[in-house]
Amino acid sequence: MARLVRSWILLLILQSFLVSIAFGSKEVEEFSEALLLKPLPDRKVLAHFHFENRAPPSNSHGRHHHLFPKAISQLVQKFRVKEMELSFTQGRWNHEHWGGFDPLSSMNAKPVGVELWAVFDVPLSQVDTSWKNLTHALSGLFCASINFLESSTSYAAPTWGFGTNSDKLRYGSLPREAVCTENLTPWLKLLPCRDKDGISALMNRPSVYRGFYHSQRLHLSTVESGQEGLGSGIVLEQTLTVVLQPDTTSVERNTQPSWSLNSLFGRKVVGRCVLAKSSNVYLQLEGLSGHELKNVDSEIEAHKLWKNADFELSLKPDRVLREISSFLFIFDIEKSSDSEPFDLGLTWKRPSKWLCQLAPLHASRFLMGSGNERGAIAILLKETESQEKLNLTNGRCTIKVNIFQIFPWYVKVYYHTLQIFVDQQKKTDSEVLKKINVSPSTDKVSSGMMEMMLELPCEVKSAAISIEYDKGFLHIDEYPPDANQGFDIPSALISFPDHHASLDFKEELGNSPLLSKFKEKSSVRSYTEVLLVPLTTPDFSMPYNVITITCTIFALYFGSLLNVIRRRIGEEERFLKSQAGKKKGGLKQLLSRFIAKIRGRPIEESSSSSELQSSVLSSKLIFKIILVAGAAAAWQYFSTDK
Amino acid sequence: MAADNRYEEEEEVRTDDGSPITKPRPIVRLGIFLVAHSPVFSVVFSAAGVLALLLLPLLAKNTYISENALMPGSARSMLSNRDASDGSKLVKDIKNFRLNHEGQGVEVQRLIGKYMSEMVAEVYYQKFQPEGNQFHPLHFFSGPASYTLLGNVSCASYGVNVVGIIRAPRGDGKESIVLVTPYDFINGGDYEDLSLGIVSSLFSLLSRVTWLSKDIIWLVADSRYGDYRPVAAWLAEYHTPSFKVSDLLKCDELNTADNFRRAGTVAAALILKVDGRSERFEDILSIYADASNGQMPNLDLINVVNYLAVHRQGFHVKVEKVVSLLSSSWLKIVGEIFEAVGKVANTLNPDWKFGIPAAEYIEGSATLASSLYSQALGIPTGPHGAFRDYQVDAITLKISPGFPPDSKARQHDFFLRGSQLLEGTIRSVNNLLEKFHQSFFLYVLTSPSKFISVGVYMIAFALLVASLPMVAASLYVDGCKALTKSTHNSAENFKSWKWLDAAKQVFALHLLGFIVTLLPYFICQVPGQHSPRNRSIMWGTTSSLLLVTFVTIPGCSPFSSRLHGTNWAILKSVTISAAFIGLCLMSIINFATAEIGALLLVPTCLLAQPIKPALRSRRVKSLLGAFCSMVLVTIGFPVIFFAITKGLVGEGLVGLSLGGEFWTWLESLWAWKSATYLYIGMVHLPCWLLCVCILFHPS
Repeated sequence: MARLVRSWILLLILQSFLVSIAFGSKEVEEFSEALLLKPLPDRKVLAHFHFENRAPPSNSHGRHHHLFPKAISQLVQKFRVKEMELSFTQGRWNHEHWGGFDPLSSMNAKPVGVELWAVFDVPLSQVDTSWKNLTHALSGLFCASINFLESSTSYAAPTWGFGTNSDKLRYGSLPREAVCTENLTPWLKLLPCRDKDGISALMNRPSVYRGFYHSQRLHLSTVESGQEGLGSGIVLEQTLTVVLQPDTTSVERNTQPSWSLNSLFGRKVVGRCVLAKSSNVYLQLEGLSGHELKNVDSEIEAHKLWKNADFELSLKPDRVLREISSFLFIFDIEKSSDSEPFDLGLTWKRPSKWLCQLAPLHASRFLMGSGNERGAIAILLKETESQEKLNLTNGRCTIKVNIFQIFPWYVKVYYHTLQIFVDQQKKTDSEVLKKINVSPSTDKVSSGMMEMMLELPCEVKSAAISIEYDKGFLHIDEYPPDANQGFDIPSALISFPDHHASLDFKEELGNSPLLSKFKEKSSVRSYTEVLLVPLTTPDFSMPYNVITITCTIFALYFGSLLNVIRRRIGEEERFLKSQAGKKKGGLKQLLSRFIAKIRGRPIEESSSSSELQSSVLSSKLIFKIILVAGAAAAWQYFSTDK
Repeated sequence: MAADNRYEEEEEVRTDDGSPITKPRPIVRLGIFLVAHSPVFSVVFSAAGVLALLLLPLLAKNTYISENALMPGSARSMLSNRDASDGSKLVKDIKNFRLNHEGQGVEVQRLIGKYMSEMVAEVYYQKFQPEGNQFHPLHFFSGPASYTLLGNVSCASYGVNVVGIIRAPRGDGKESIVLVTPYDFINGGDYEDLSLGIVSSLFSLLSRVTWLSKDIIWLVADSRYGDYRPVAAWLAEYHTPSFKVSDLLKCDELNTADNFRRAGTVAAALILKVDGRSERFEDILSIYADASNGQMPNLDLINVVNYLAVHRQGFHVKVEKVVSLLSSSWLKIVGEIFEAVGKVANTLNPDWKFGIPAAEYIEGSATLASSLYSQALGIPTGPHGAFRDYQVDAITLKISPGFPPDSKARQHDFFLRGSQLLEGTIRSVNNLLEKFHQSFFLYVLTSPSKFISVGVYMIAFALLVASLPMVAASLYVDGCKALTKSTHNSAENFKSWKWLDAAKQVFALHLLGFIVTLLPYFICQVPGQHSPRNRSIMWGTTSSLLLVTFVTIPGCSPFSSRLHGTNWAILKSVTISAAFIGLCLMSIINFATAEIGALLLVPTCLLAQPIKPALRSRRVKSLLGAFCSMVLVTIGFPVIFFAITKGLVGEGLVGLSLGGEFWTWLESLWAWKSATYLYIGMVHLPCWLLCVCILFHPS
């Protein structure tokens, strides 16, 4: 029996092999993994994991995939997603120290929380429906509250400010989404080797989440086959960018800390993911002194490149690529095994300093004003020591800046109050504003959006944009559970359409998806901070008070109204008169006599003065109160004195 | 007023019908009863109000941490000796630097900036103008947004703040906590250096920790021009930058252009000052919290600091007291009486624990008086007031070390404890996801760990003013009766309009008060330099002239009542109503002002009676009443009351300088936008004038 089963299994394996060979003749699904390591000027290390999964155009729609995750392909087919990007980020990207001009930062520096954008391949009327369904599907897939992007108040349809010109694009972000392992695990499940083997095995959760910044990204795009009858191929790109602080034992403050993969992640690479076509580790070193660039061709010089007076690598690189301002060491991890794990290390010998390539302008955003009524949002662009600025248009050197910003509806922006200051001088809109597109928000229905293109002179020192807003009032059930925290305004996207970030390698790259991605020209972009707007929040214990007060007022009002309507005063008077005619009770008479004595007046008839009567009544009342109070005190005394 | 109307109705029914309605509704009966016996009840209520005020120290509750997320002291302090020695090093360097370089420039700022940037903080410098507060009546209740840079900028005098920001490693940068150390860069004393030492020890720790979720801003405020101004200038730049070019930037070699950095919404602020040596051996921590117009920070912030200082760091914590009250014998007697009553109550039932020892009572009352006074004044007691304008909870911690500044051994320990206190507080605030909202905002302190919430202290005020509407109603009824007797004209008997004449007069005097309130603005505009005394004389004369003009206008003047035969009772009734409305409005804006105002205004208004009939009658009772009202009216005049308070506090005043002093005091009130100034001008002064009118009423 066992032998039969075994033979069956063998047969099945053989069959699958045959099938894959049969497919292999055509285009096959490809998976590749890569890790880029990069020391940062502020003594930190950036690790960028890059996984690419390609599904070729095929007829077998989503039914049979060998490597490609079925969940994603079904998603693409169901919602007709043309392009989509989802990112989970924690921490802030430090544009000044970690760079802002290279493709790595402009693609992977993402706003805090969740960001999702998608382009659909459906008729325009169905885009919103597709978006809503997609958010729900992704929400389930990634264990995140992406479904909150479903509501029309949380997403927008950028036209040109986002970079992709399409009217079928939807964009939304959730700044408050906390990112943790629960989001990483489903993301890892999409990889063929999960985190069991290959480079992804490095992702030790504690060390990943100990970092200063981590951003996990999922980007998918469909590739049209062009052939009739064939569907479209899908390219799924998964990246995880982490900024880690190596443990420093050295006391010296000037030298960069030395590290190894093991010290960074607490794990080593023990072999590649066997399903991957290529699995490489790259080490990028920026700002190396120029004299070493000469004569790298010879073997000795190349050797000098990775083992020199400044630093030393623990392994010999398989290849070295040169870029304008950086070196790229390439390692193939194919040779590593359990007995000989791949553990790349970098040891600094001498203090070294370098600067990152910065974006042409550094953007920061802040809130202005005080109080719960109104305020203003300001975006400040400051010059940086960026090298590449020149961009001549009409003989004038200018920097083009695109600003894309979503305003939630409770921040009621007055677009006419837009003010632009360039170098502390107020400019009219026509001077610097090239293009602007505004879609105002509708209360409780849709969020507002602003896209604008500024054209600033190259020698600009600073530019400021301010726009005023009123704070809206929310209905009591629209407040989130932590209303007193304030409300978030999602990050604005600042992009420089004329500045392209790309790594320009002199050598032939070979077949590396990561490097070819870096070589592609992409515009420089950066996200600003998330803002926290304190709105007026009701005291949530208040409903009780309000109910009590309203009920009291209602009772008083209706009571007196009913009295007015219902009471027959004439009849009551008659009744009272007849009552007054009767004799009073003994105690009452005694009391009235007593009071009359005290007052020093003769006993009057009860009907003669209402004042006296009222005093009599009240003395009765006081007497009653004293009686009750005395009884209560006595009871209290005797009950507790046991 | 409602009771008043009902009373009228009832009376009308009775007089018209002739047949009595014997059973009106209970609430109406109660109203009638109260109004009918208003003299007794007004005395009872006023006495009860004063008694309730005296009882307040007994009713104070112990503070507690209301927001659970704060969890003060639950984390072990991570501050090490290394951090404290970092602080010592900075202090030593500054001292050495001072010895070597006499004097000027921004070198000390640079030194501090260097230290900050070594602790991986982002550093920048901010220049500000030591511009004085200007009175503008229209800007009274406007927010700080109306801050505008003055056009004329002189490079002769400006201050430079040093600011360092530590970014939270994993934070999202939405919120921040501000630490302020006011420091005089030119002639800062040895003690001031210590505050820098404490915060730099803390900063050295915070640059390493991973638990930060909010950014930390350390502002070294240039306190050459006072503690408040530099902080206010920095906050204004933080929240309302003008983006325009400022001439100040060109003043110095220190380039401060365009590097102002921000760190999100400010969640809380702590101002640390180290002041002269304490008289005791232990270190004393004083907490100051009152911001403008009696606004207080959330009680939780004070609680956290107090809890950590007492239970973790062993500081002796105190809040400000009126020292002269501590030795007052009458307060001691009151305290002993309360103690005795408490003891008696305790023997009756051991569960009744309201008695406190007399010494504690005196301490509590002195603190309460100080709290009430500073809230009533409406002037912030420190730089934390600047934060309150931006809805940021802030307190000032003033530490008086119990050792001489050159004691190295204790200095290290002092740094350790001081920065551990701040670390704990910052950690608590850092834990907070929401802004401070859980605990009280309306309270007065009777000790660092005892407070009286709004629900309790309102009782005293409510009792005090409760007698006003009753007396107003009964006076109105009396006045109407008198009028009906004097004029038998049925056309004039139209009751509801009888108060109109009196109301006209009251309104006229309130209008006068309003104008008098605005006068100082115009007096300030008078060209030339004038001493405060001259200004006050100008103010006094113009006001009196105005008063004379008002009096001569027929129909408006209270003295023209002879012609119309207005009864003084009705005038008093309307006056009292106006005072009641004014006090109630003020109690919403600033409770403490209303409370002190009520203490003064309620007896004055209640006892005001024409003295002519009293003198004529020559009865001891009425003479005594006239004398009392005379005395009260004299005390009620703001200038006299100011002099008496000064005398009580212990500062004697010479007669002539009084005017000048008073002017300066008022100037400070309006400069700080204190609503007390408006109260004095628009409620107190008119009511006082009306009382004077009643006093000299020719009836």
